[in-house]
Parts: sequence; structure tokens; C-alpha cells
Amino acid sequence: MTALEINDLGYSFGAKRALDGVSFALRPGKFTALLGPNGAGKSTLFSLLTRLFVSREGRISVAGHDLAREPRAALSKIGVVFQQPTLDLDMSVMRNMRYFAALHGISGREAQARSERALAQLGMVERAGEKVRDLNGGHRRRMEIARALIHEPEVLLLDEPTVGLDFKSRQAIVDHVHGLAERGLTVFWATHLVDEIRDYDDVVVLHRGRVLAHRAAAKLREGRPLAEVFIEMTGGEETR
Amino acid sequence: MSLYLTAMLAIIRREALRFIHQRSRFLAALVRPLVWLVVFAAGFRAALGLSIIPPYQTYITYEVYIVPGLCGMIQLFNGMQSSLSLVYDQEMGSMRLLLTSPLPRWWLLFSKLLAGVAVSILQVYVFLAIAAGFGIVLPLAGYALVLPALLVSGLMLGALGLLISSTIRQLENFAGVMNFVIFPMFFLSTALYPLWKMAESSTLLRDICAWNPFTHAVELIRFALYLELNGWALLWVCLSFVVFFGLALVGYDPAYGMTRRRKG
Repeated sequence: MTALEINDLGYSFGAKRALDGVSFALRPGKFTALLGPNGAGKSTLFSLLTRLFVSREGRISVAGHDLAREPRAALSKIGVVFQQPTLDLDMSVMRNMRYFAALHGISGREAQARSERALAQLGMVERAGEKVRDLNGGHRRRMEIARALIHEPEVLLLDEPTVGLDFKSRQAIVDHVHGLAERGLTVFWATHLVDEIRDYDDVVVLHRGRVLAHRAAAKLREGRPLAEVFIEMTGGEETR
Repeated sequence: MSLYLTAMLAIIRREALRFIHQRSRFLAALVRPLVWLVVFAAGFRAALGLSIIPPYQTYITYEVYIVPGLCGMIQLFNGMQSSLSLVYDQEMGSMRLLLTSPLPRWWLLFSKLLAGVAVSILQVYVFLAIAAGFGIVLPLAGYALVLPALLVSGLMLGALGLLISSTIRQLENFAGVMNFVIFPMFFLSTALYPLWKMAESSTLLRDICAWNPFTHAVELIRFALYLELNGWALLWVCLSFVVFFGLALVGYDPAYGMTRRRKG
């Protein structure tokens, strides 16, 4: 059973077709990058995967649960890091973590233990008592990733999580999340930056709402730089 | 503790902490009704004669009349303030976080609503304490009996705020809410003048006041403060709550609500 499977998914904003016939399944325990230029439909796809939007076309299943028919079971298997930060700046890291744990019905010692474990996975334990406002951008993001792991999801979705970060923070986060995949978590990472993708990762190339390719990065680029292949596939389209 | 309760308590705790952090908001929420009570009512008491109307047993001063309306005003503003913070939450993304929780959406939104009501009740009690300091003392049991009334009226006004937050997309539109929701609701109600006084100037105005759910919230509070139950007002407030909350849920439903119109 795959952690995330999408079949023939479509979505429109009025007359504008945002996604069209999107189908793919993530290999379990793999880091899969969703690569596409801005406006390709990545954020729309993420909104559908997290049920912020609902589509009548196609089917999404998370760990065997149909998102339309069993939304709660499916959502409980997903960890999400949105592109926009979703933090309470005036609360401590731990309080942010505990709030999220409670939204998943986890409280008390269990919530504390899970929060600590999740923070440890991202190397953030020593920041638990700090106010989020005092953290730098990279650490805030790492906290958000740790938070998405509290309820032990089967698949972790990240929508361009490195936007606005400096090179070093970006690299640290890319390393950390690859580490999570190596430890068995299925990761789905939206990006338009090819340097975040490693040869052994899977890549889904999305362009104008359609899937152009889905295969291992090494196979996709066939010895050429990935950036070159990507630009070729998407017609070098410079967007927004 | 059950899954549902855990989430609800966390949402209320978060709202309470946010409220504590925003001391200026608390102060503003108190100053507004106090200005009405001390300045406006003092000027008006000479101009406005009040006869004995239920639930009052005797002649009352205008300050005494206006207190329940000002309690309602606190809750009205609080409901709209919560709506504002919901719009802010949508823009900042923490609403997304809330809505991706595996709990049913109506429960999450109801919890959010209840959190706002808890804050508004706190404000009302502080206001009543200060009013008592100015000599406007109500029957002692009234202070306890008003609590359920405040809960119901707060839920209704909060649900209205929730409904509005599901329809406006940007913070900038909030000024419109002030002009087209808060002011008409407040002025076209029994908060400042009783219905018969309104009828003296226009029966149409009186009818509008009688339909306004805010009027019934104020009357529910007024009667409860004097140890009486206004069943008709309670019914109106409950019905309004069901309608507002129902529509708000539609607004927040991913299949056809605000999230659909908004490009992610």
C-alpha cells in the first residue's frame, strides 16, 4: 500500500484549469520532489491533498483511506508544512507544538513526549523553551517540520518549505528532511529549485496542471544537469 | 480526556493567551462601553424619560437602562473582533493548520467560537464590576443568572462574526463590517432606547428593532440580570445562532465555501 496515491485528479478555478488528469503514487519511504515552475499547480495540488479544497474529479487516497470518503482518517495520516508560516509568534516552541498535538487529540505527557521526540529529529530540542519570535527563519521552519511529525504521519507534505531562507538554512532543512525519508517516512516536497533534489530521489514534474514525468532523478536527467532537463521540459518558461 | 475536548480546550487556551498578550485590546473593549455609560448616558438621562417597563419594577435612571445594552455591545464587538482575527488567521495560514486537523470542521469552528465567547464574558464581568463602582448595582443573583444568557448571546454574535469572516477575504474590508453590521445592529436595537420610545418616532424603526437579533440578545441579558427569563428573546437568539452558524459552516466547507474561491 502506498502512502499517497492520486488518480485522475482535476481542478478548475472558474474557467482556468489548474490541474488536469493528475495521477501518480508515491513510493513508500522515498523522498519525492514535486518539481514545477511557479503557477504549475503545486499549491493547488497541496490544497487538495490537505482538503482545503475539494475536487469532484479524481481520487486521492492516503495510507489506504479515500480523502473524500474518510477525510478524518486520511488527514490523520498526513503531516503538512505549508508554504506560508503558520506559527504563534508570541508563544514558545513547545507551546506551539502542544497546541498542534491537541488539535490531533494528543494531550498531557504523551503530547510532551511526542513533541520532544519530534523536535529531536530536527535538532531543535534545545530551542523548546524559546519564543518563536526569537528564532531565525531556518529554525522556525524546522519547528514547523517537527510539528508536522507529532502525530506520526505516514506521509509528510511540504509546500516549498525553503522559500525565503538563506543558503545554509535551506541546506540544513533539505538534509534533515532527506534524513527523515531515509528513516522510512514518505516525503512529498514541492519545489522549483533543482538543487534540493538528489539523484536517488523520485521526481514528479508538473507543468500547467499536468504531470510531465514521474521517475527517479538520475533517470530523468540521464547524465545531464537536472536544471537543463527541467527547463527543456517546461519550455524554459519563466513565470511570476 | 476525549479527543474532541482536548482540541477544544487547546483552542480556548490559545485564544485566552492571545487575549492576555493583547492588553490594549482588553482596555479598548472596556473603555468603549464605559464612555457610553459615563458620558453618553449622563447627557441623555435628562432628555429621555423612561416609564416602568418589564423587567424593571420601578422607575430607573437611563444609566441603569443602558447597562444590558452595553453588555451586548461588548459581545457584539467581541464577535466582530473574533471575526477579524479569523480573517487574519486565514491570511496568516493558522486557519489552515486548524482545518487540517482530523477533527470535524464544525467542532473546530464551534471551539473557536466558544473561545471568543469566553473572552467576551470575561470582559462583560469586568465591565459590570466597574459599573457597580459607579453605583449601578444589580440584584446579586442577577450577576450569576446572566452567565447563561451571555453564553447564548455571545455564541449568536460570534456565529455572526464567523459567518462574516467566511465571506470577506481581506482585512481591509473590515471597515465595511463596522459600518454595515456593527452600527446598524447596535443603533437599531433596544440597547439605547426601549421599543415604545422607538415607536414614538417611527413604527418602521420599531419593527426593524423588533426583528434585529441583537435586540433579543440585549433583552435576554436585561431580563436575566433582573432574574427573569425572556423566553421569546431566548428563542430568537437560539434561532439566529442556528442560522448564522449553519451558514458559516457552509462558508467554511471546502466543497463550496470561501476556500474554493480563494486560489491557494
